[in-house]
Amino acid sequence: MIRFLAKRIGQAVAILLGVTVVTFVLSFLMPADPVRMLAGRSATPETVESIRRELGLDQPLPVQYVKYITRLVQGDFGRSYRQKTEVSALILSRLPATLLLLLGAIFFELLIGMPAGIFSATRRGRPSDNWIMAFSFAGVSMPQFVIGLLLLYLFAHMLPIFPLGGYGTLNHLVLPALTLGISGGGWYSRMMRSAMVDVLRKDYVRTARAKGMTERRVILVHALRNAILPIIAMIGLDIGIFMAGAVVVESVFGWPGIGQLAWQAIQMVDIPIIMGVTLVAAIGIVLGNLLADLVMPFLDPRLQLE
Amino acid sequence: MPHAIRQLLKNKLAVFGLAMIAVFAGAALVAPLVSPHPPHEQFFDGLTLQGAPLPPNAKFLLGTDLLGRDLLSRLLYGARTSLIIGIAANGAALFIGAVLGIVAGYAQGWVGAVIMRFTDLMMAFPALLLAIALAAIFAPSLWIVALVIALVNWVQVARVIYSQTVSLTAREYIEAVRSIGAAWPRILFFHILPHLWPTLLVWGTLGIATTVLLEATLSFLGIGVRPPTPSWGGIIYESQSYFLDAPWLVFFPGVCIMFLSLSFNLVGDALRDALDPTQRGRG
Repeated sequence: MIRFLAKRIGQAVAILLGVTVVTFVLSFLMPADPVRMLAGRSATPETVESIRRELGLDQPLPVQYVKYITRLVQGDFGRSYRQKTEVSALILSRLPATLLLLLGAIFFELLIGMPAGIFSATRRGRPSDNWIMAFSFAGVSMPQFVIGLLLLYLFAHMLPIFPLGGYGTLNHLVLPALTLGISGGGWYSRMMRSAMVDVLRKDYVRTARAKGMTERRVILVHALRNAILPIIAMIGLDIGIFMAGAVVVESVFGWPGIGQLAWQAIQMVDIPIIMGVTLVAAIGIVLGNLLADLVMPFLDPRLQLE
Repeated sequence: MPHAIRQLLKNKLAVFGLAMIAVFAGAALVAPLVSPHPPHEQFFDGLTLQGAPLPPNAKFLLGTDLLGRDLLSRLLYGARTSLIIGIAANGAALFIGAVLGIVAGYAQGWVGAVIMRFTDLMMAFPALLLAIALAAIFAPSLWIVALVIALVNWVQVARVIYSQTVSLTAREYIEAVRSIGAAWPRILFFHILPHLWPTLLVWGTLGIATTVLLEATLSFLGIGVRPPTPSWGGIIYESQSYFLDAPWLVFFPGVCIMFLSLSFNLVGDALRDALDPTQRGRG
């Protein structure tokens, strides 16, 4: 167990190091010169040179990378060009909103995806199955900003049930979380269906039926326990997809999370913020995968820890 | 193959998808002929006296946008943007993914390890944020957007092709071909690649669906195809602040994006079932 843990955490750290190399290289390819951004247009060549030295940008790249990594480990993500504040402080202040949205999104994804998938699997090949699967596909084929804008139009403008955007109460959370839930729920329902179809073919399900158990009990108790495992693994892997959705949905609904922060940074070409959010998202993805790998063997004892 | 095509045509959803793709491709091809108005022309009678866009009416069938341009014409030309990017970006992603996957799977050893660790690394990046960063580096044009999408979308293909190549390479017939002295390019092209076509076809089709969505999303965020080139995501981006008063400016392009992406998803999914021999004979 401890060896597995050490190996898995080692891999995660290696990937994160790789991620920092990529973000470091990317920030060098950026057309905007950070020195010019800080110095402003009217700065004299001497000022520009002194800022460059102050930032350490006159040193060789490997030295700069080591400094960059050292700063990152200390939680220093650099300073925003425009807002002149610490990127880490900006991200930290907005992280709770994004995490709340993540919880809401997972709630709706499961609420939509699981019943649809289970129902579809039990009606395999019938029209109701085909319709549900077609709707799942429509859900995943719809861009999140379109779902979001349509929900806003229907449930905030035509029928003013929910606020038009913003943050604060549970009411504010419903539409953005539902937007992510509709697009993610399509994947979950397809996955739930195929896992359920596989399990329903198993011998133990036939045995359960042969014992005269009600179909309801066979499906919801016996089959579901095994069919749900890939779904749980999927939640851990979902964070990457969620982060992309967060950028879009937070900007549509004015949700003050790190996705909106990234979107505002794009408009301003504020590179340290874009890189900081990318890095935080990558950390989230790596942690999500790690968590899924660590939790699965407890839920499914048949899985052996390598 | 004929069996697979018959299977595919039996699937009503796939036939619907193929028909929709044909409609969109047709619209893109003949856009100059069927567009009621030039896509860039700003009509004096395309706005109300207060300067607001017009809802659908007899002259402008789907209404006008904030600059008084005909929405239907812009959507028809937008189909070109979406399809060109969908096909170009996805073709490039497929090519990169296939080459890296085959090489890693056949060579294995340290070459394979390096390539696969690199794909692991790419998996840890949120695709959209990476695309945003790349789009900020290059000033986006049609082809740059396609390139950016290709650079983030090849990863899945590489992983799938890698695992298939590994299992093919372990087969006895490859051992046999090797033992009679075939060179590796010959083995890759004539003995491994033919088995990968079905997978490439399926991923190629499903990939277009993802690409269309990603292009729309980048354009919606204002970092995709530059105006005045009409793009469905871009139309929504331009009219976002006005959409409560002019919902048609979000609704119609949104429907276009959804149906184009949905069609490729339906066809790709049906292709996967049709080409998968283990599914044969099962309902």
